[in-house]
Amino acid sequence: MEADITLLVNGRQHTVRVDPATPLLYVLRDQLQLNGPKFGCGLMQCGACMVMLDDVAWPSCQLPVHDVTGGIRITTLEGLAKPDGTLHPVQQAFVDEQAAQCGFCLNGMVMSTVATLQQYPQADEETIRNGMMRVLCRCCVQHRAIRAAQKVVAANKKP
Amino acid sequence: MPTSRRHFLQTTGCLTIGFSLLGPTWATAATEAADELPGSLGDYPRIDSWLEVLADGRVRVLTGKIELGQGIRIAVAQMAAEELNIPLNRVDVVLAETDRTPNEGYTAGSGSIENSATAVRYAAAAARQKLLALAATQLQTRAFQLKTQNGVVTAPNGQTRTFAQLLGGQQLTDEVRLPLALKPKAEYQYVGKAVPRPEIERMVRAQEYYVQDLRFPGMLHARVLRPFNYDSKLVQFDENELKRAVPGLAKAVVNGSFVGLLAEREYDAKLAQDWGKQHVRWTEGRALPAGQPLKDYLRTLPNTPKRVQDKGTLTTAPTLRASYYKPYLMHGSIGPSCAVARYDAAQRRLEVWTHSQGVYPLREALADLLKMPVDTIHVKGVPGSGCYGHNGADDVAADAALLAVATPGRHVRVQWAREDEHCWEPYGSAMVLDLAARLDPATGRLTHWHQQVWTDTHSNRPGGNADKLLPAQYLAQPRRPADNGATDPSAGGYRNADPLYAIPNLRVDAYFFQGPLRVSALRALGAYGNVFAIESFMDELAEKAGLDAWDFRLRNLQDKRAIAVVERARAIARQQQVGENEGLGFAFAQYKNKAAYVAVVAKVSIHEEGTPYRPQLWAVIDAGEVINLDGLKNQTEGGMIQSASWALMEEVKFDQHQVRSRHWEAYPIFHFDEIPYVDVTVIDRPTEPPLGAGEAAQGPTAAALANAVYRATGKRVRELPLRPEKLTREA
Repeated sequence: MEADITLLVNGRQHTVRVDPATPLLYVLRDQLQLNGPKFGCGLMQCGACMVMLDDVAWPSCQLPVHDVTGGIRITTLEGLAKPDGTLHPVQQAFVDEQAAQCGFCLNGMVMSTVATLQQYPQADEETIRNGMMRVLCRCCVQHRAIRAAQKVVAANKKP
Repeated sequence: MPTSRRHFLQTTGCLTIGFSLLGPTWATAATEAADELPGSLGDYPRIDSWLEVLADGRVRVLTGKIELGQGIRIAVAQMAAEELNIPLNRVDVVLAETDRTPNEGYTAGSGSIENSATAVRYAAAAARQKLLALAATQLQTRAFQLKTQNGVVTAPNGQTRTFAQLLGGQQLTDEVRLPLALKPKAEYQYVGKAVPRPEIERMVRAQEYYVQDLRFPGMLHARVLRPFNYDSKLVQFDENELKRAVPGLAKAVVNGSFVGLLAEREYDAKLAQDWGKQHVRWTEGRALPAGQPLKDYLRTLPNTPKRVQDKGTLTTAPTLRASYYKPYLMHGSIGPSCAVARYDAAQRRLEVWTHSQGVYPLREALADLLKMPVDTIHVKGVPGSGCYGHNGADDVAADAALLAVATPGRHVRVQWAREDEHCWEPYGSAMVLDLAARLDPATGRLTHWHQQVWTDTHSNRPGGNADKLLPAQYLAQPRRPADNGATDPSAGGYRNADPLYAIPNLRVDAYFFQGPLRVSALRALGAYGNVFAIESFMDELAEKAGLDAWDFRLRNLQDKRAIAVVERARAIARQQQVGENEGLGFAFAQYKNKAAYVAVVAKVSIHEEGTPYRPQLWAVIDAGEVINLDGLKNQTEGGMIQSASWALMEEVKFDQHQVRSRHWEAYPIFHFDEIPYVDVTVIDRPTEPPLGAGEAAQGPTAAALANAVYRATGKRVRELPLRPEKLTREA
């Protein structure tokens, strides 16, 4: 029951032939060969597979690909940097704060923070933590991730 | 074999550049080489085992360790850049790979800095010395008149040579010999500084980095079907029925009770595995000891006793006795284990890409599993999700190897499911600890200590043996590990069971059982349980004797560096205000009694429901000479948070049939709202050797939390985790 599915990923249209029930994660990793979203649990419990759907951060591991057609803007970690390679401020802040050890959960933390700070550019610590609630990190760099997000907020506050 | 690389180079006709080792600049600077070569140099004394000069002037460092997120890549690069006086961005690092890098065994035990980075430091220093000597000859001057910067050697007359020009396409094949002058520490640009890890930018850019990201043309995706119980056997699997249900299934490989499911697309492999969980029948297996306190059950198991410390006499009248318990804990890697393998039937060669902590031991184990000569297997280390010890990495590599051999010519990528990792990883063993001690109330000094430890092994790595590779135990001709090696010191059960305190009469007894769950090395091994018990007990002893907990420890410590760490922690603690329902606790240990010293201060605030929600944690650490300040802090911060998650909420659960902790909801770990506030103070000792630090905070953090909870609630929790119900229960 495969079908042609057209997705808008990182600003470009892609048509893939897959079973429409295939979770978005598998299409992003296997058909589109993207590395940003990671397989962590397949149960929407760990956030490793986080993407943005329009402006909302959402796990992609159980999301049927046919639910995200029709021009929904799908953004992965690859889609955050500018075409000239300049990192998104949230990405840059994670680099500056060295908010990673193994880095496997970095995708979930960065994507969640981008979405949170788009909605709440002046987010306080609780809002930042709440924004990353769906992301698990076992190396335990969460306090650095919070600091990275706070750094972006501080830059937002500057006139 | 450590000599294989040397042999390889000899047989390929690589020229040896030989000359006097002692250049004129430091012939008089050091005495005769009395010491052994440091770190892994003893096994691999040749410079080009550790570094190569590339044609474009870059330097390639070879380490037998793998990057686990602990920052070994940047640490070895710093060492090389420093000693060679070249920019850090001109150093490439090759991680563990058979026949390419030195065989440094496992990346474990917080040993990478001490063994690998130190070897690179000395190799780079020897390389610099030899490059200068070469330049002196070629430029017809004296070595001490030369300057070297950015990979260019400059003579007084302005003539220059790059490293690559000096070598003319050859490598430095000489052995490192002592004495060897190292760069003066006062001139350091990189070592000791908070140098950022360049790979973090790769990660945020989502560039290919992990073994999970490897994609090869024609690669097959596979999952392995595993039963619910360790001892289940396959009863019925109908491949035709599965093919009808999942048309994308390319192939099933069945060997005894090992079932591999391969597909062109990963999602089809997942669907096949999901189908298998519903429809494949297994025998029930062996009943697990559910429905009884595990602590009591473990004491009843047959065990092998070992007296590991026996000094003086045993007291008949201890001041205090107490029993402690640490449950089974999970590594809980966020990315389940993954590996890729390809078998070339014509050449009879196997290639494996793995995030295993030991590519060489894995190669030997795979050779044993597949009955292939060791040198026909090539194993390349590629970073995976953080492992914190021996997780499913080796097992999934064996899965991939078996399936690749059954599918020649195709790359086979095996991805464990979340449930595979949760249920089949080898956990950190549960431990029961009985402590008894006597102190002299007049002096506040400990006179007697008796520690009894009941534990399974904390190291069940395959080594060179296939028996401990998970799939090997389910084949038609199954392999069974004969001995879990628990009594060996490296098995970790009594790691840190011997308190660092000066105690004239000390006995440590270990009792090694084989517990109900699969176990192996989890960060800090037995030190986590032992330090939790010792440092909880120290607080209990101090209270019993009416002594201040800080004074009591300081009176019983003799090691000056230990005292300095504890005193610094006390200064931090004294600055804290403690309110109602709050408590301040602390704990101290030197990891392995020979690696980094860590004191942790914990402040908890107990909410009505009994949760020590979002504690504050401060660490003071002395890891000797600091190589990367931010790396050391990152490891220590992460270690404290991870240990706090273990201590406050984690415990592997099972029923009579199976492990119940099958996913994150059934085995909760810290979420973002619970993350403690952490702060790390580093005592740098540039003139001391660097000490392993990555596991040093685990034990002290757990005990500091238990001690803080006691101060806040009056409840002494001796059985981890520190669950709310234990804190609200009426005494």
